Amino acid sequence: MAIISRGFLGRRCAADAKLPPGQYLTTDFPVLSAGPTPRVSVDKWEFTIDDGNEVLKRWDWRSFRELPTESITVDLHCVTRWSKLRTFWEGVSLDTLFEEIKTDAQYTLVHSYGDYTTNLPLDDLLSKKSWITFRFDDDDLAPEHGGPARLLVPHLYLWKSAKWVQGITLMREDQPGFWESLGYHNHGDPWREQRYSSDE
Amino acid sequence: MSSHAYDYLDGNAAAGELSKILAVDVTAAVGQCAHCGATRRFADAHVYMQCPGVVARCAACEHVLLRLVSVGHRVVLDMRGITYLSLDTKLGSAT
Amino acid sequence: MWRVGTVVALRDETATARTISLNVPDWPGHVAGQHVDVRLTAADGYSAVRSYSIGSAPNFGKRIELTVERLANGEVSPYLTQEVAVGDRLELRGPIGGWFVWRPQQTELIQLIAGGSGIVPLMAMVRSRASAGSTAPFRLLYSVREPEAVLYRDELKALPTRDHPVSVTYAYTRAAPKNWPQPPGRINASLIADTTWPSNLGPTCYVCGPTSFVENAAALLTASGNDPHKIKTERFGPTGDRR
Repeated sequence: MAIISRGFLGRRCAADAKLPPGQYLTTDFPVLSAGPTPRVSVDKWEFTIDDGNEVLKRWDWRSFRELPTESITVDLHCVTRWSKLRTFWEGVSLDTLFEEIKTDAQYTLVHSYGDYTTNLPLDDLLSKKSWITFRFDDDDLAPEHGGPARLLVPHLYLWKSAKWVQGITLMREDQPGFWESLGYHNHGDPWREQRYSSDE
Repeated sequence: MSSHAYDYLDGNAAAGELSKILAVDVTAAVGQCAHCGATRRFADAHVYMQCPGVVARCAACEHVLLRLVSVGHRVVLDMRGITYLSLDTKLGSAT
Repeated sequence: MWRVGTVVALRDETATARTISLNVPDWPGHVAGQHVDVRLTAADGYSAVRSYSIGSAPNFGKRIELTVERLANGEVSPYLTQEVAVGDRLELRGPIGGWFVWRPQQTELIQLIAGGSGIVPLMAMVRSRASAGSTAPFRLLYSVREPEAVLYRDELKALPTRDHPVSVTYAYTRAAPKNWPQPPGRINASLIADTTWPSNLGPTCYVCGPTSFVENAAALLTASGNDPHKIKTERFGPTGDRR
């Protein structure tokens, strides 16, 4: 049993919010990274959807920014237990990006500039569940928070919202990503507290 | 693609977490990066601990050397990024 | 794995840094340069772990000292520097570290280079040398933001005048004392050339502080001819806080 540190709260604030189990409210925006921040200029930026064999669709920054965007307000839940509520983003819905894609692949592997990957069922990306975002809180998305663009999948733990997103590979079989391959939960629903692979 | 923010720690900072699964202190060990072949002291590895686990990267090429996660009661150590670790056991123990 | 230490004394070193003296009944002893991981646990189970270098010399039995610098945005350092009281108990893991250490059996020339709170493990080495009666030649280059940020001020002042002295050079990055010969700035090649052991003497160098400080200092040492294998480094992260 750990020794309780008298009066220790950490960076958290006490608030009466409805949070997923085991989460704590924070008002700042922690930067958690598994590596150096990639510096990607928008001149070189590309986003692709491929099926493992060929690129199905590709956007450069200009063509990406011509797509219709949405402004969204969502709650963020990180598996390291902090939650940040009512965050404000602008981005392109994955439904828009997948409009002309026909596939019977059920799984995806999202990959970032750098070497980060995370896997999600395609269903968890579509039907208004995810966006490629490029603005946060009325400003261009900062590099330390994933800029120029990051995936945002608010209904799952934040490790699924890949920063510095570069593309999505469609897969017929599921393949675990960077953290999933070490024991983090394959799906990651914060409301069912799916943190680790041993969780239900 | 390198960070100019000098936002990493080094292998010394990871030693406490690594002691959950390794009985030997590896900071003095020399390791070979499986990606670029550089042989460096593990104490000099670039370490990121502000994430759901510990990630140590090669100071020369930034590829992942090892990852450590504590998931519930289980500790998982993935060392596929290191070809070998070499430790001089005569160097003296921790105390 | 986790030991429990009881806070027996507190001493403010500067406006933002405090030394915490702990009694740790099962302390196995340590070597200068090692650190501990401190774990704080809130009543609801939330916990945070941070590393702090041991500042005290090895020969104090069950007593160790940590000097903690308070970071504005820190999660643990504000608690340790402002809330912790004598009698409180802290969970510690350690001692940790087998590379960034100095033992009295070492007789070679030693060059210490500290940036900000990086002075803590190097001070343990200075204190270890004194308590062991070692005559190993030590030089210290200590870079801080401004004079008020110097830790262990009085103890450092006495070092150059003791038997078996340690020469101490200060460098200031933001604000220097009046009439200081150098304008404030990062340490550079000429400071290394003028104040550190000549590289041809083959010193072992210990560099500790914020990551950018360490990379700069280590590069300068290498450029002035020091063998990279003789440069030992410990990086404290972007602001000097290890997580």
